[in-house]
Amino acid sequence: MRLRFGKRGRLRFLSHRDIARTFERGLRRARLPVALSAGFSPHPRLSWVGAAPTGAASEAEYVEIAFSAPVDPEQVRQALDAALPPGLDVLDCAPAGGRSLPDRIDASRWQVRLPGVVTADLDAAITVLLARESLVVERVTKDGKRGVDVRGAVVWAVCRAENDTCAILDVVVRHTTPAVRPDDVLTALSAVAVLSVPVPPEPTRLEQGRLREDGTLADPLAPDRDEAARPVGRLEA
Amino acid sequence: MSGQSLFPLLEPLLPRVRKPVQYVGGEGNSVVKPWDGATVRWCLMYPDAYEVGLPNQGVQILYEILNEQPDVLAERAYSIWPDLEALMRENGIPQFTVDAHRAVGDFDLFGISFSTELGYTNLLSALDLAGLPLHAADRTGGPLVIAGGHAAFNPEPIADFVDAVVLGDGEQAVLRITEVTRAWKAAGSPGGRTELLHRLARLGIVYVPSFFDVSYRPDGRIQAVTPNRDDIPARPAKHTLTDLDSWPYPKAPLVPLAETVHERMSVEIFRGCTRGCRFCQAGMITRPVRERSIETVGAMVDAGLTATGFSEVGLLSLSSADHSEIGEIAKELADRYEGTNTSLSLPSTRVDAFNVTLANEFSRNGRRSGLTFAPEGGSERLRKVINKTVSAEDLVRTVSTAYGNGWRQVKLYFMCGLPTETDEDVLEIADLAREVIRAGRRASGHRDIRCTVSIGGFVPKAHTPFQWAGQASHEVTDHRLKLLRDTVRADREVGRAVGFRYHDGRPGIIEGLLARGDRRVGRAIERVWRDGGRFDGWSEYFSFERWESACAAELPPLGVSLDWFTTRERDEREVLPWDHLDAGLDRDWLWADWQEALRGTELDDCRWTPCYDCGVCPTFGTENQIGPTGRSLLPVISVGVTPALGAPSDQGLPAAPGVAVGPDSAAGPDAAGPDAAGPDAAGPDAAGPDAAASGVAPDPDLVSARASST
Repeated sequence: MRLRFGKRGRLRFLSHRDIARTFERGLRRARLPVALSAGFSPHPRLSWVGAAPTGAASEAEYVEIAFSAPVDPEQVRQALDAALPPGLDVLDCAPAGGRSLPDRIDASRWQVRLPGVVTADLDAAITVLLARESLVVERVTKDGKRGVDVRGAVVWAVCRAENDTCAILDVVVRHTTPAVRPDDVLTALSAVAVLSVPVPPEPTRLEQGRLREDGTLADPLAPDRDEAARPVGRLEA
Repeated sequence: MSGQSLFPLLEPLLPRVRKPVQYVGGEGNSVVKPWDGATVRWCLMYPDAYEVGLPNQGVQILYEILNEQPDVLAERAYSIWPDLEALMRENGIPQFTVDAHRAVGDFDLFGISFSTELGYTNLLSALDLAGLPLHAADRTGGPLVIAGGHAAFNPEPIADFVDAVVLGDGEQAVLRITEVTRAWKAAGSPGGRTELLHRLARLGIVYVPSFFDVSYRPDGRIQAVTPNRDDIPARPAKHTLTDLDSWPYPKAPLVPLAETVHERMSVEIFRGCTRGCRFCQAGMITRPVRERSIETVGAMVDAGLTATGFSEVGLLSLSSADHSEIGEIAKELADRYEGTNTSLSLPSTRVDAFNVTLANEFSRNGRRSGLTFAPEGGSERLRKVINKTVSAEDLVRTVSTAYGNGWRQVKLYFMCGLPTETDEDVLEIADLAREVIRAGRRASGHRDIRCTVSIGGFVPKAHTPFQWAGQASHEVTDHRLKLLRDTVRADREVGRAVGFRYHDGRPGIIEGLLARGDRRVGRAIERVWRDGGRFDGWSEYFSFERWESACAAELPPLGVSLDWFTTRERDEREVLPWDHLDAGLDRDWLWADWQEALRGTELDDCRWTPCYDCGVCPTFGTENQIGPTGRSLLPVISVGVTPALGAPSDQGLPAAPGVAVGPDSAAGPDAAGPDAAGPDAAGPDAAGPDAAASGVAPDPDLVSARASST
């Protein structure tokens, strides 16, 4: 089964490892027949697709779970959602099939709330950034400092005003290695223009999927859902 | 407004601190009740980092018992790391609870559980951050500050900072405190907090330090500790819970979102210990032994797993292999959870072959990684001094069995700095380790085995036969540990198969100061805290120099010193700071046992050889409550993962506290039912991805192995 889930509210502070542990316990609480890996130390077979950073909320995290017995997607969604703490919400579930989940995801759409940021300033910074060929910012990763080309990863970016004192950035980034995160985008924007971010920004991942030519993202579970909905045992006209 | 959530103020700070998840609450089985619906409101705190405090059983038990009361609200708090503390002070945010992020100062009662004395500086941080005056005498409002836990059996070093102290088991004590507080509030809080404290003290529920005066002799020793009110007990006594089967808490253990030090569910299989190890405070102050029956243990394990989704269960107690039906419990739990990827663990300290049998049961089909044994003393003479009767032959026989059964690593736990100890006693640890490796190589037939020697410094504690002993100085401890390390390393035959783990002796000296200190030590604690002392149980925060200089500044003007409290041996007549607190132990018996220790005479375990000498049973009208019951773990059916979506088990545990429950009602049939097909969870699923899950390292302190399903 492939699941889309949200990481919301105060649970956005969960790290990927916290989420993995919480899912494993939730699956046991829900008494779902999760398949286990072989070996001395069997583990539930969950595979995760690029997790949102600790502190970032998300409406579109994905995990693929192997079950050892047939299960109904909607029942899995409901049972697991009920067994997980509020804030880790299972939003969609479809049987796995066809191309792998990572093959269907190559970009993310982020929305970043920026309290204390004036929209006009943000707009100006976006214009400067998008006019560049590339813009490399330094990121500390576990392998030390690394430069990431933020401009190269940004597909498009726009902004709007939530009100006079809060701007909202809407941005689509391609998945690169290392991944360009919302805070990298803000670092890049602050590097090309005078942009002060007085309080921590509040990023939310709205979508993940395959980037279409028009800059929108294709729902990675749609092919599975379509496949599951196809009538079985009848030839198509 | 009282009881309001501080989360909106806290939230913007969280992205700026380490591991923010520890401050957000929302754990599985946590409870948030409306503020206005409650008449008595408790904040329960474990004064250490969340990752250490969350699994604490004491806090979880009281949290659940209190929240079961319809008009009572209980929330939890943990220590705030310095990074967030600084931001909170900058932004004027007080110490909060993790459940509903309410200000600790808004509650009626603030209970703090001390497992270790090294949490005292964190108490001061919490009080100050909560906006409460540090000194109880300066408080005119806010919650009553009540200490509990093992360290509270000598609360004198923190006597100036707490309003009251609970000795012993907290289950009934918190309900009685609640009852008295409820009545006092309903009457319009007559007489203020002093009156409430007086009511609690008069009923013998708590010890109120301010109701006792301490006088000192010119030489620095205590002259007397006397109550300054005539209607309170002169010797406040500990609470002893009887019939643990009626109190099967926690029924729904907390499931943390953040990573904690114990990623497992715990079930306490008995309380108390009668082994009589003379160094062990826990064993002395928790007497008598009170077992949970095999049926209640079985029901608690099942209900707990259902409620939490944990995949490991630890069967806790001070010496779990001593439960009268531990063999049956181990076998029947292993049967029940076979094939469910549920692992069982047992804190292991007994040095005998039976322990290996238990460990084997818990690791059916699984990896046999490590087993721990605790001979505690290096030489046979020393083991007689501490009353831990294990001969070198016993140990070699036991580890041979372990290695012969496929266990690859044995961990041996010792103490250094025990009374009468010499360099030679400690060096005998090297001989033991050599014998263990030789025996292991013989028994296993190969050289690829290991033995880890882990050594802690001995700290004399209150209410034990060693309460009169002079603590070894850290120089002596460090010298002996270095000698031992050099000797083990120089051994060309086995040196590389022996791991050596130890800590330096200095933190032990401060623990010793706080464990046997009196009210004068409070000044040193406060000075250390004002000097930035926090999280003293963490080596990266602990500063011996800070403690040393605080003691040098505060104690000599009072005629005492750090050495005076630690390395000085006390005589029989000296009034000890905790003599006015009744842990149930007869002081003459403790002294006689101390003398026996010095003569190297051992003592029988009263679990097997009835005796009433220590004083606990007659004092409290209690007895050791042990089986065997001859019953079995019901239901003895598989509660494996059901292949289809199963309804959650509605298996019941006794509901209301204090309600006596017969053994037959302890466990209902499992909802999965006997017809549920067995688990078939391990087959490779061609459609699914292969999870790159990594192995979890077993806790080295526990017999721990996974009951595999393949």
